[in-house]
Amino acid sequence: MEITWYVILCFMLVMYIVLDGYDFGAGIIHLFFAKSDDEKKQVMRAISPFWDGNEVWLVATGGVLFAAFPTLYASAFSGFYLPMIFILWLFIFRALGIEFTHLINHELWIKPWQKGFGISSLLLALFFGIAFGNIIRGVNLGGVEDGVAQFNHHYSFFTPLWDGSFSPFAEHPGVIDWFTLTIGLVAILSLTIHGAYWIILKTEGDFIKKLQSKILPLWITLLVFILISLFAFMAMKSFNKELFVQHPYAYILPFMALFGFIGMLLFAKSNKHWLGFASSTLFIISGIGSAVTAMFPVVLPSTNSQVPSLTIYNTSSESYGLQVGLVWWIIAFVLILVYVTFVHRVYKGKLTDKHDHY
Amino acid sequence: MDDALLYNRLQFAFTITYHYLFPQLTMGLALIIVIYKGLYLKTNQLIFNDSAKFWAKIFAVNFAMGVVTGIPMEFQFGTNWAQFSERTGNIIGQTLAMEGMFSFFLESSFLGLFLFGEKLLGKKLHFMTAFLIFIGAWASGYLIIATHSWMQNPVGHEILANGKFVLKNFSDLFSNPWLLPSFFHNQMASLVTTSFVIGGTGAFYLLVKKHHKYGMLFLKTAIITGAISTLSVAFPTGDLLAQQVVKNQPVTLAAMEGLFNAEEGAPIVLIGQPNMKTQQLDNKIEVPKLLSFLTYQRWNAEIKGLNDFPKEEWPINIPGLYYSYHIMIGLGTIFIGIMLLGVWYLWRKKLALQRWFLWVLLFAIPFPYIANTAGWYTAELGRQPYLVYGLFKTADGVSENVSSGNSLFTLLGFVGLYLVLGFIMLILVGKIVHKGPETTIKTT
Ligand code: HDD
Ligand code: HEM
Ligand code: HEM
Repeated sequence: MEITWYVILCFMLVMYIVLDGYDFGAGIIHLFFAKSDDEKKQVMRAISPFWDGNEVWLVATGGVLFAAFPTLYASAFSGFYLPMIFILWLFIFRALGIEFTHLINHELWIKPWQKGFGISSLLLALFFGIAFGNIIRGVNLGGVEDGVAQFNHHYSFFTPLWDGSFSPFAEHPGVIDWFTLTIGLVAILSLTIHGAYWIILKTEGDFIKKLQSKILPLWITLLVFILISLFAFMAMKSFNKELFVQHPYAYILPFMALFGFIGMLLFAKSNKHWLGFASSTLFIISGIGSAVTAMFPVVLPSTNSQVPSLTIYNTSSESYGLQVGLVWWIIAFVLILVYVTFVHRVYKGKLTDKHDHY
Repeated sequence: MDDALLYNRLQFAFTITYHYLFPQLTMGLALIIVIYKGLYLKTNQLIFNDSAKFWAKIFAVNFAMGVVTGIPMEFQFGTNWAQFSERTGNIIGQTLAMEGMFSFFLESSFLGLFLFGEKLLGKKLHFMTAFLIFIGAWASGYLIIATHSWMQNPVGHEILANGKFVLKNFSDLFSNPWLLPSFFHNQMASLVTTSFVIGGTGAFYLLVKKHHKYGMLFLKTAIITGAISTLSVAFPTGDLLAQQVVKNQPVTLAAMEGLFNAEEGAPIVLIGQPNMKTQQLDNKIEVPKLLSFLTYQRWNAEIKGLNDFPKEEWPINIPGLYYSYHIMIGLGTIFIGIMLLGVWYLWRKKLALQRWFLWVLLFAIPFPYIANTAGWYTAELGRQPYLVYGLFKTADGVSENVSSGNSLFTLLGFVGLYLVLGFIMLILVGKIVHKGPETTIKTT
């Protein structure tokens, strides 16, 4: 039962990252690459019918995490208190930047909302990457100091935003150290490329050519940061190959990630616009999939030896709740598939100005 | 009370109060939009479609605010109330996750289509999207109230040796006797807000002599829905909910009514200030025996007073609770008066002539918001000192690892951010109202 729910949770999270990921990417592109009003409009056109539905994947993932793994929900959300709240604030700017910008046609109104939308998208991508980095690196569960736990509950921890050294090798590294920051940059770059491919897929015009020409430099920078993070990770801990050894077919995940990554460069100029988006999607899904598989069944590693890591087994709900939950989850999921298919059929193909806001 | 607990409570109270300002309008507007779209489908009169479109714009802005302030609510259970989440996640996590899976997906998928898709979809499908948004919004209210009802009157659970609350019977969560009275009372209250907003806007158009046709339609709509909803907020729904409180939280009822000592034939107090030192109400004006009658349908029934219960069980802020309750029912009574007068004028076809009445409607707009907030403060203050009534204290629910410095920081941040947003939002709605409905009716 725990495994089923863990798969559901990871599936929903990955759905969220793939879908809202292109919105973040579009925001970053809006901030850095879209110069003229037309280009800006084109970026918004590609995401405005979808972003709200995409964001719901996060809300729903949060709910499912709460119901199925309450201890993990309580632990991670309170332990990363400040970053969590910052993320919430950024969400506000991003959403209102999309929804409110066009409501009053005056430069003094439009400019700040546009910047707010772009900057919050950039910072959200960065923060989500940093969060992912923290989960890989682990935290000081129980708040152990000199061998004594400071908190009453094993799942409680507190991580400052940073400590002076910014090093993941410090005794109690902060939320932001150079390792997690690198992962944050990996997230920004991957999602920028992902977002570029979405815009290329959903819209038409000269801006597409401009985006296609940006992919190579972005991709090379991404490669550099991925290599740095891999080396840093290996210096910190060793890969946990256990699951891969037991289930060799799991090796397919990292290979798929590699294919996706190569595809992200290869299809930059292709006329089949869906290929690029498919590659970046594959890269995101299987990249996260590989990391999660390598950690299994741990969900939040402990950096001290007193308090054991949080796993799907010691954080899950009771089985009756998980069972009834599965019944309604499946019903709801089928319904969601119906709506999503319907919405995407109405908006299928390239979006033009007839699909714009009122 | 230690600082961290205080800041956590203030932050939750502030953010939820603010969040609920938006859904109370969107839930009601969703229904009104469906009605207008339905009338358009049936009669083909463009005025209904224009009106639906106009309110859809207001809906969209409020919806966006509801979404951005709702997400912090969902996450604050984990950030600020970690121990509570850990121990009750098995139960309240269920209903909250259901809200995400069943209603938020529905609303968000179809809202975009509804707002931009009239030409793409055609008349019938466009009506359907409006209807689905309405279902989504009300389902969301239902599931939230289900969560809340469990906190007021916990059912269907078992407490394990390690203190965790686990679900024993899923359907008990939905047959909780607290749920339906609370849900219908809340939905009717949301319609009260919506009626006053629509009515106030209609009154505004008549007063400034613009968009006269639409103004009249809005006034009529508001007075019909307003009369129905203000009456049903009091009876049957308010009454049924009060009976749940008497049954499951008798000490809360005593505090709401400001009743210190048990009384046979207890009166309803209209005005009076609780004096916690002398344990009595100062300067009171009361209607004799009415409380006993309303609660037990017998004029001389005995109602328990606060002194019949141990002090530890008393709600912690009795004056606050008492005032919240009296503000709610006091305003509720005034609303009934306003709406019934409106029905009279509407029936005599004198509505447009009574300018003083239009002014009243215009200035009444903020009050249903106040009544709704006061109602929720009654519910929340009445539940204190418990988070899960009788079983789990609020003080045991906070995140032990979040320091008071951090929670005060984020509390201040939320206050600042939300005040600015509120200001921006008012400008936007003002602009939409000022511009008025875009008419597609050709004048001959
Ligand atoms: C326009 C708003 C409004 C108005 C006019 C009223 N209410 Fe109300 N009331 C609410 C809005 C509200 C609310 C905000 O929606 C609450 C909070 C929880 C709930 O389910 O509804 C509520 C809760 C609430 C409770 C539950 C308190 C608790 O849970 O401890 C009672 C007993 C009443 N109401 C009774 C009444 C009565 C007898 C009214 C007669 C006029 C009345 N309300 C008018
Ligand atoms: C139905 C959904 C709701 C749930 C699940 C819920 C839950 C909670 C929780 C967990 C707390 C924190 C602990 C506490 O201090 O009591 C709280 C407090 C509070 N909530 Fe609610 N709440 C809900 C709806 C509302 C609404 C709509 C309002 C107001 C408009 C509201 C007003 C408050 C207030 C004022 C407090 C602070 C109470 C105090 O400090 O004594 N709640 N609620
Ligand atoms: C603590 C309690 C609450 C939580 C955790 C909560 C959570 C949320 C969330 C996450 C959203 C955004 C959904 C999206 O992304 O589309 C939202 C919106 C909404 N909430 Fe709340 N909410 C609470 C209280 C309430 C209450 C008391 C009601 C009314 C009964 C309510 C009704 C709605 C509705 C109708 C929406 C849809 C957006 C809108 O129409 O404005 N919520 N809520």
